[in-house]
Amino acid sequence: MTVTVKTFTSSSEAAAALSSDRNARYLGGGTLVMRALNEGDISLSTVVRANDQALMRIDPSGPRITLGAGVTFARILGERDLSFLHAPARSIGGPAVRNMGTVGGNLFAPNPYGDFTVALLALDATVALQGGFGSRDIPIEEFLQSRDRQAGTLVLSVSCTRPTSAEAFRYRKIARIKPKGGSVITLAAHLPISGGRIAGARIALGSMAPTQIRARAAERALEGRALDAATVAAAASAAAEGTSPSDSALGSAWYRREIVGVHLRRLLLGQE
Amino acid sequence: MLELRKDIFADERDDNLKEIGKGTQRQDMLGHVTGTSSYFNDHKLQGMLHLKVVRSTHSHARIRRIDTADADRSAGVRRIIRGSDVPRNLNTLLSLINFGKDDEPSLAVDKVRYKGEPILAIVADSEREAFEAIAKVRIDYEPLPTVFDVEDALKPGAPVVNETYPKNAFIYHDVYDHQKLRFGDADAALATADHVLEQRYQMSPIEHAPTETNGSIAAPDTNGRYVVYTSTQALFFSVDTCAKILDVPSNTFHFIGGTVGGGFGGKVDTLTEPLCILGAMLTGRPVRYVFGREEEMQYGPPRGAERIYIKDGVMRDGRVVARKIRAYFDSGAYTRLSSYAAVKCAAHLPGPYTIPNVYGDVYCVFTNRTPATAMRGFGVTAMDFAIECQMDKLANLVGMDPMEFRILNAYRDGDMKAHRREAKNTALIECVQVAAEKAKWPIRDEFKRASSRKDGGGSRAAIPRTPADTHARTIAPAQQRTTYDRLPAAALHEPPREPPPPAPPPPPSPRPASPSHGAGRFSSVFGTRRR
Amino acid sequence: MAKTALQFRHNGSDVAIFVDGGTNLLVALRELIGDMTPKFGCGQGGCGTCSVLIDGELHLSCLTLAETVAGRSVETLDSLKQGPNLHPLQRAFADNFAAQCGYCTPGMLMAAKALLDRNPSPSRAEVVEAISGNICRCTGYEPIINAILAASGGRASA
Repeated sequence: MTVTVKTFTSSSEAAAALSSDRNARYLGGGTLVMRALNEGDISLSTVVRANDQALMRIDPSGPRITLGAGVTFARILGERDLSFLHAPARSIGGPAVRNMGTVGGNLFAPNPYGDFTVALLALDATVALQGGFGSRDIPIEEFLQSRDRQAGTLVLSVSCTRPTSAEAFRYRKIARIKPKGGSVITLAAHLPISGGRIAGARIALGSMAPTQIRARAAERALEGRALDAATVAAAASAAAEGTSPSDSALGSAWYRREIVGVHLRRLLLGQE
Repeated sequence: MLELRKDIFADERDDNLKEIGKGTQRQDMLGHVTGTSSYFNDHKLQGMLHLKVVRSTHSHARIRRIDTADADRSAGVRRIIRGSDVPRNLNTLLSLINFGKDDEPSLAVDKVRYKGEPILAIVADSEREAFEAIAKVRIDYEPLPTVFDVEDALKPGAPVVNETYPKNAFIYHDVYDHQKLRFGDADAALATADHVLEQRYQMSPIEHAPTETNGSIAAPDTNGRYVVYTSTQALFFSVDTCAKILDVPSNTFHFIGGTVGGGFGGKVDTLTEPLCILGAMLTGRPVRYVFGREEEMQYGPPRGAERIYIKDGVMRDGRVVARKIRAYFDSGAYTRLSSYAAVKCAAHLPGPYTIPNVYGDVYCVFTNRTPATAMRGFGVTAMDFAIECQMDKLANLVGMDPMEFRILNAYRDGDMKAHRREAKNTALIECVQVAAEKAKWPIRDEFKRASSRKDGGGSRAAIPRTPADTHARTIAPAQQRTTYDRLPAAALHEPPREPPPPAPPPPPSPRPASPSHGAGRFSSVFGTRRR
Repeated sequence: MAKTALQFRHNGSDVAIFVDGGTNLLVALRELIGDMTPKFGCGQGGCGTCSVLIDGELHLSCLTLAETVAGRSVETLDSLKQGPNLHPLQRAFADNFAAQCGYCTPGMLMAAKALLDRNPSPSRAEVVEAISGNICRCTGYEPIINAILAASGGRASA
């Protein structure tokens, strides 16, 4: 049972191949699938690829932007219209990983990876999926909750909200190693302001649960209020609510719970 | 005095030595920057096979049964090697210098003693096929109680990790379960010291994490010999270790090494060569055995953890009058080089200080952890960490500047060390003076004037009366808190209490950590010191 | 085992090989072409030791499926030296003690080349960012950063 590589010209053919073979994985930038092969993951025996240019498309215009699943982080960094996504894109890997890693692959990256997905979660993303029986769009939260069962579907693209101002979207990755290291915690906050008050706050956390999650208690503390010290303090104290971090070499679950509020407060106050 | 024997190799040496103070190019630099330096893995041999090991999933377990029926039939598998295939399946690295008993199998047979211990070696046409075969091996384990803590391991009734050493401690010279250092009467001096400070220090294992993982390639050569490309840091040591394990003369092997992709001590254990060569012997083909990154990080040997208790007696004028140390070196499941680490640890006591009463016990302990090995000053580094933390705490306790406190207690030429050797060529005082100067840390003139070459010897050269040990075992001391220590989590919920006072006079209220020059308490440094 | 034919440019020369399914570019370069300059360090994208340029872009060869470079151009450290003459980066690494064990050096040099090819006069911060995916365990990073800055200075003045 050696490894077979199947290359298709269209994403629908690739999706069909993927859904018909339990041991198939879709090869994006290679940072997940090739790693699994290198480390002897024998559950993976078919590698599926698609040369479909649609997967490489970027639509940066309008209130919601769309990124093809095969778009790399290096390409996002080259798009001036996507400057709000530059911080999360730049926080991933070194230059080589950014030249390879893709938006679609990042959705499947386990802790301590998957930083870009934290930003997408805060920006109310939807994921376009191609299964064996047609395509559909699902909210990113729904996708993440069922991620383990999504191996047989192909991600075509991701769409997300464009923040109305640079202030409205904030992102920060906490790592122990400078300038680059795995995430201890990754935070992203989308805070649209309407009439001086926050309307539709979304806060997303990475490495605080088995998948990226929203900090709903902190969002509630912000909703309908001005972003003042008291509001920030309330959100920070609620940051750990509903989280279930794990121990890892980068930080213990206890440590992550202790510091998530500290970093959320700094993020919301714009402090270093 | 350093002696230079200039008569030796006089004709091979340029006596016009002017190297210090200028750069000299490395011999291997050109190879490194062009990528032509040859590492063990930079050899592609015709028909090379790949070896992977099946590792224990338990930290301590009896092996009831190993079923390789499916794996034997797996595609691409050339040979599955068991412990019974290894000619001498028990070794200890330092047996080459007659130190210690053979205690570690190349492949576990009856039981496994740490998670990741090799049980089988699978030689296959490709790495992928080796991985597929590994998944088909069935091993029936009977889990055994584990012990991961060095002090728990020495308690009566603790699980026996390694039957070669049934008390879980390395035995020196067939008799002694630890290294001992006795100099003067530490207990008497502690009883009369102005302050006593007792502390517990713990250093974790540290992985070397070389960028090149451990590995080797072995290939049949002419005349029944084998050529072996290896990542070893200790080439001749590895040759002899392989000769012993494979029970052949050492000239059976032509080892090629020398260019190592980062070692730091983590490539002295001859981890891959014996099985790699055995694979080549059994298949007649070149075989490569190289660690993956996870194997390197999880099962490659680390710097061993150490737990250290220090109990010091210090006078108000800053003199340390007694130092009592108990240290436990965590060897993991097998000895490797940890017996030697514990010797080095004992040899380093009490640090570079002249202390008239020193008492040390150092244990090399077996636990169900990954066996430890060499790493940059192993045995000494953790002890220095503990001693220097302790010196800062002692300085704080008596209200002295930490730099001046070290100069006061530093050994000087002519002093008697606890090992009953005269201190020579000492330079701690000068190092501290330079460090203070570079750090713009103010020290007083009398300490700037101090010298390693002055005021040593004399009464400081005497060997004190040293009482014989009574056989009562010391009990584990309690951790005594200082202003350096954070409150334990449990104490956060109740009003802070004073720590229980040690037996001698209670400590004075802690002083601020900032440099304090209490000239009144400390007027005549060398006068009071001499007594 | 089924093999796939693969052609690409390797350091300016056309090469053709047959690869097994799932073979990564690092194995293809080292074991099928015989270019031993890229090294294996982790197989998971953490160390940068296997870095090569694909169509001028820095990639990790251990995470690149070999057949994805069909028709493309792959450059390794072996392409830097021109005849007997060291590349300015190689010269700067040697002069600045930017290699000790030498194992990370091929990846460091390719990461540095990727930087200088598009940014001939980088700032120190840009150099640090450019090698942030490459791990060195021996020298520390300062000599490496200094070497890259020295090489860029040399270029700028040349």
